Amino acid sequence: MKLMWFHLMPYTELPDDFRDNHPSVWVDIHSSLFDPQRAHHMYNDFMDELEFAADCGFDAICVNEHHSNGYGLMPSPNLIASSLARRTKDTALCVMGNSIALYNPPTRVAEEFAMLDCISGGRLIAGFPVGSPMDTCFALGQNPSMLRQRYLEAHDLIMKAWTEKDTFAFNGRFNQQRYVNIWPRPVQRPHPPVWVPGGGSVETWRWCAEMEYVYCYLSYYGYKAGMQTMMGFWDEMKRIGKDMNPYRAGFLQFVGVAETEQEAYDLYREPAEYFYGRCLHVDPRFAMPPGYTTEATQRAGIESQVGRAAKEQRTNIAVSKSAREYDAILDNGYVITGTPDQVAERLRAIAKEMNVGHLMLLLQFGNMSKQLTQYNTKLFAEKVMPQLRDLFDDEWEDHWWPTPMADENRAKVSAPRMMAAE
Amino acid sequence: MDHSETIISAHGIESRVWRKGSGPKLAYLAGFAGLPKWIPMLDALATHCEVNAISLPGFPGGGRGHLQLDSLFEFALATHDLVAAAGCRGATLMGASVGGALAMEVAAIWPDSVGKLVLQSPFGLYDDANPPTDPWAQRGDKVDALMCETEGAYNALIAAPGNADAVEWPIETVRAREASARYLWPNSATHVEKRLGRIVCPTLVLWGDADKVQPPGYAGALRDGIAGPVTVETIAGAGHMAELDRPDAVADAVARFLRA
Repeated sequence: MKLMWFHLMPYTELPDDFRDNHPSVWVDIHSSLFDPQRAHHMYNDFMDELEFAADCGFDAICVNEHHSNGYGLMPSPNLIASSLARRTKDTALCVMGNSIALYNPPTRVAEEFAMLDCISGGRLIAGFPVGSPMDTCFALGQNPSMLRQRYLEAHDLIMKAWTEKDTFAFNGRFNQQRYVNIWPRPVQRPHPPVWVPGGGSVETWRWCAEMEYVYCYLSYYGYKAGMQTMMGFWDEMKRIGKDMNPYRAGFLQFVGVAETEQEAYDLYREPAEYFYGRCLHVDPRFAMPPGYTTEATQRAGIESQVGRAAKEQRTNIAVSKSAREYDAILDNGYVITGTPDQVAERLRAIAKEMNVGHLMLLLQFGNMSKQLTQYNTKLFAEKVMPQLRDLFDDEWEDHWWPTPMADENRAKVSAPRMMAAE
Repeated sequence: MDHSETIISAHGIESRVWRKGSGPKLAYLAGFAGLPKWIPMLDALATHCEVNAISLPGFPGGGRGHLQLDSLFEFALATHDLVAAAGCRGATLMGASVGGALAMEVAAIWPDSVGKLVLQSPFGLYDDANPPTDPWAQRGDKVDALMCETEGAYNALIAAPGNADAVEWPIETVRAREASARYLWPNSATHVEKRLGRIVCPTLVLWGDADKVQPPGYAGALRDGIAGPVTVETIAGAGHMAELDRPDAVADAVARFLRA
C-alpha cells in the first residue's frame, strides 16, 4: 500500500481562549490573530517537515488548499509544491488539490499543474476538490448554486487542455476561451493521475468510477466515523460493476507514534486538543450555503436518518463528531496513538477493513512542534511503515500512481538542503 | 373564497400562479422563501385588486427552472416572460425582498411592461457604509428574528403543514434560498442604481422601519434614482418581511397607491 504524508499547515499559535472569544476559525477569523513574522517560521518549519517526510521514505507528500482559514495556511498549495518539487527527488507530490471551479479561467490549473509535473519530472498527483463551502462560497464568493456545474465544466476544460494537441476553442456555459493551448504540457501522458476528495455523496462516487479517478475521503474524524462512508463507496463500486481495487480509494488518518503507549498518550494530547478544540471551531452559519449540497444528497441525508441509525447500531460505528477532550478524541478514533506495533496493527486492520490502498497520514496536527513532528514521522517511517508496505501489493496494481521520467533522464537538482543534516 | 391555482409556462419555465380578488391586476413576486403557503397579506390585498402571485423559478411553485438561469438578466427575462404569461403585462408589478430585485429589473429593462411598480424592501442596492445583512450565512435558529419583528412569523411561513411530504418540504425550502442566491450571491448587489433612471412608471417604495436585512435608508436612494414619481412609505413595527409582520398595513398602502 501507499503511505502518504499530509500537511494541513495549521497556524500553531491560536490563543487559549480562541473557542470562547472568537466566532470561527474559518472565513471571518480575525487578522489580529495572525503574526506574519511567526508565520515565516511556521511556513519554513512546515516545509522542513514535508521534506523530512520525503527523506524518510514516504511514498508521497501532500498539500491542500484552504482560504481564510486558521488551520490551513495554503491558499495556494501549488506554491508549496513548487518548492517541494525542487527539494525532493523520488517522492510523489500530491496536491490535494486545486478547487477548480474557483479559477478563472480554469486553464490556470491546467497550466500550473503542468508546470509542477514538468519541474518534478512527472511526480504530480492532481487533486480536483469541489472545495468546502467555507472556502469556495464564503471566502472566495463563488455562487453555491452554480459551483458544481462550474466544477464539472472546469474539469472538462482542464482535461481537454491537457490532452488536445491542437489549439482549440472552448465555448462553455461559464467559460469561453477562443484560444486554448497551454504551455507547458504535463510530463505524464495523457495527464497526471486525478484524485477527487469528497464527502459521502453517491454522485461523486459514481463520477469517480466513471472517470477512473481515485476517490478520497478526507475526514478529520478518523476511521470509526469514516468506515460507514467507505463501506458505502465500495457498495456502490460493486453495484456498478467496478473491481474492488483498494487503490481506487484514499483515506486520511491522524496518527501519533511513540516508543511506549504512555509516552504516545502524553506527547499527542496537546496537539490533538489544540486541533479539535480550536482548529475545527467553525461558525455553523458558514456550513450550508443554499445549493452547495445537491438535492439528491439532501434527500439521501433526510431519508437515511433512520436507516443510518439502524446501520450504526448494527455495525457499532455510531461516532460523535464533536469530541474535544483527549480521551474522547482517542475513543472515537479521530487520532490513533500508540507504540509502532500498536499503530501498525490498527492501521493494517483499518486499511483492510476499509479496503483503502492510499493511506494519508497526518503526523503533524494542531500545534505540534517541528521536533515532535519529525520524531513522529521518523518513528513511523522506521517502525510502522515496514509493517504496512506489503498490504494489497500481491493482489492489486496501483493504476493511479504517478509515472515519473526515468531517473537517468531527470535533471540533477542542486537546491541547497540544510535540514537533512539536522 | 379561496385563491385559485393555475400553471403557466413561458419559454420552457413552468410556474404556479395563485389568483384571488377582482379589479385591476397586480402581479406579486414574493420575498425571501417565496410562497410555500398562502399568506394573509394577499387576502387583504385581494379586497382591492386581482392578485396574481407568480412563483419565480426555483421558489415554491416555480419548479427547478432556476437551474437554467445563469445571470441576473436571465432571471429578469424569465420574470418578464412569466408576468406576461400570467396576463399581467402592463399591470401593477409588486416585488418584495428578493422578488423586489427582479421587479426593479423588469421595470428598468422593459419600462412599457409595468404600469405601476411596488417595491417592498427590495434587494439589489449596496452601500459600503451600511451594507445589507447576508441572509444566506445565518444559523437556522437566527433567521426568524432577522426577517420579522413578530416572533415566529417567518418560521410559521416555512413550517411544514401536516399533509406535507416530510422529505420534499425541507428540500423545497432550501431550494427557495438557493434560487435567490443564484442571482444575488454573494452580496446581493445588482448595481441596479445604474438602471433606476429607466424606471418611469409611478412607484411605491415600502420599507419596514425595523428591517434588519435591507437598511431602510436605501428607500432614499430609490426615491432619488427612479425617474418616475416615487412615493415612500414606512411600515411601523415591521421588519424585512413586513407582509408577515403588518399584513394589513402593507395591503392598505398598496391600495392607496393603486387608487391614486
